[in-house]
Amino acid sequence: MIALGLTQVKSAGRQVPRLLAKGIIPALGLSMFLLFWHIVAGSINTSLGQFPGPAQVWTQSQNLYAEHLEQREKAERFYERQEKRNADKLAKNPDAVIKHRDYTGKPTFLDQIITSLYTVMFGFLLASLLAIPLGIACGLSDRVYEAVNPIIQLFKPVSPLAWLPLVTMVVSAVYVSEDPLFEKSFLNSAFTVALCCIWPTVINTTVGVSGIDKDLVNVGRVIKLAPFTNVTKIVLPSSIPMIFTGLRLSLATGWMVLIAAEMLAQNPGLGKFIWDEFQNGSSNSLSRIMVAVITIGFIGFLLDRAMLLIQRRVSWDKQAVLR
Amino acid sequence: MQQFLDISQISKTFHTDSGSFEALRNVDLKIAEGEFVSLIGHSGCGKSTVLNLVAGLLEVTTGGVILEGKEIDEPGPDRAVVFQNHALMPWLSVYDNVGLAVKTVFKNQKSKQEMHDWIMHNLELVNMTHASNKMPHEISGGMKQRVGIARALSMQPKVLLMDEPFGALDALTRAQLQDSTMDIHRELGNTVIMITHDVDEAVLLSDRIVMMTNGPAASIGQIVDVNLPRPRDRLQLAENAQFNHCRRLVLDFLYAAHSRPDVVGLDEDTPADIDDKTNVVSTDASEAA
Repeated sequence: MIALGLTQVKSAGRQVPRLLAKGIIPALGLSMFLLFWHIVAGSINTSLGQFPGPAQVWTQSQNLYAEHLEQREKAERFYERQEKRNADKLAKNPDAVIKHRDYTGKPTFLDQIITSLYTVMFGFLLASLLAIPLGIACGLSDRVYEAVNPIIQLFKPVSPLAWLPLVTMVVSAVYVSEDPLFEKSFLNSAFTVALCCIWPTVINTTVGVSGIDKDLVNVGRVIKLAPFTNVTKIVLPSSIPMIFTGLRLSLATGWMVLIAAEMLAQNPGLGKFIWDEFQNGSSNSLSRIMVAVITIGFIGFLLDRAMLLIQRRVSWDKQAVLR
Repeated sequence: MQQFLDISQISKTFHTDSGSFEALRNVDLKIAEGEFVSLIGHSGCGKSTVLNLVAGLLEVTTGGVILEGKEIDEPGPDRAVVFQNHALMPWLSVYDNVGLAVKTVFKNQKSKQEMHDWIMHNLELVNMTHASNKMPHEISGGMKQRVGIARALSMQPKVLLMDEPFGALDALTRAQLQDSTMDIHRELGNTVIMITHDVDEAVLLSDRIVMMTNGPAASIGQIVDVNLPRPRDRLQLAENAQFNHCRRLVLDFLYAAHSRPDVVGLDEDTPADIDDKTNVVSTDASEAA
């Protein structure tokens, strides 16, 4: 009995460090950071007032949300009025031409988040659709790799922002349409994101595909798998971990680049929100920018988690520890 | 008379960045249908190269491999390979691993039901039907190798090529799989070329043991005929004079003669030829007794 009790005490003793590691230690780190931030912020004075501490940022994030709700309400009232006006018109004259106008209020912080997310996903998907097949081709064939590699090496180190003026000019010259499906500014941002999302995926896919177990490749050769079936049955499943490594790197850089591109080109999104606040120069601006900074970080984190979830879904190896 | 499988004076030279390496020189071997042949030799002697050349996974530099009068120039399911490390797709279940081969090899030849029956039949041959829905990581190394054998058999190969199939297994599992292999060989009568490091395994399973000299420019050193009656029982054979005689011959070659190949009376430049009676060691029961 005594021995049993002792072992129970011992195992309980081992539980505590695990709990510490799981919850308490990260919380401790976070609160230390907040404290440090609070102290440092208090001692920095800018021309736009004191650097915002955690408290001001929290207040502003609530304000931004309140402004968003306010805008939504305004929009609703606008549409209500418009509908009423149209109904009155029709009652007077059934043949009257009715116009529907969109509400043109200033996009709120939440609207800008949605725009940025939408843009990054579009650019990222576009790049992935190009990069994964290209990476597979490079991994399967040394000739293709040798042909493509110099181009990859040349363009990989180029900051996509260098492309931005070219993309802008090309889009406005080529994308001419009466009823455009996409805004030009949206395409500019999306293509810039795509340009930087291609390389990590191509490189990692190539490495993954060329590193497939030789025996598995030989099995495919012995049973004479057709090239396409070979890709779907052997190449893709075994290179999924590397493909996802590439995709996650791509998405992370794409998200970073997007914010910069939006700031630079004044394209709608979180980058524009930051730039507008900076130009606005009110006493709240720095806090509001800080809200955006934290939001950008948090969304970047969520995007990576989402990719991990997808990878777990797609990968055959459910045991693998994904980080 | 035309041979079933004629490995005719093949040489293989690998060209790498650091120069060329002659792995095999003038390997010549004729194998009859239904024969079980083992290749034995020290590591790096080019046994696997011979197997890969027959499989068509490598191309010969000179000479040729002729199967039923047709020269081999690419891999194909008529020469199925059992790999040392099973080479099962980890993302496919046991059933689907065999199924991938069956569905590819017998595309447009078998109906869905026939394919299913054929997959199950081959899993039954290796006693793996109970685990057909398991994933490779859920089963033991021996079971994986059984599935690898089932996959190879499911292609209905003319020649079954086994590359150290039991090398990575523990002794007990290895013995079980050797017995299974003998049963399957007796039942199906397929032609088998097996690479092995294990002298007992070679003697127990083979009709002929082909011993290779050390590389570079490896060749066939000596061939031992194993004229033991089948079915063979490992326990009874332990006391059998002829079994021990064959064993002795192989051991002598590997551990006494291999370091000085000239002792066997074999110049490295002379192609080993099985028709050359001086190189064939007959182990007829009369002689052994």
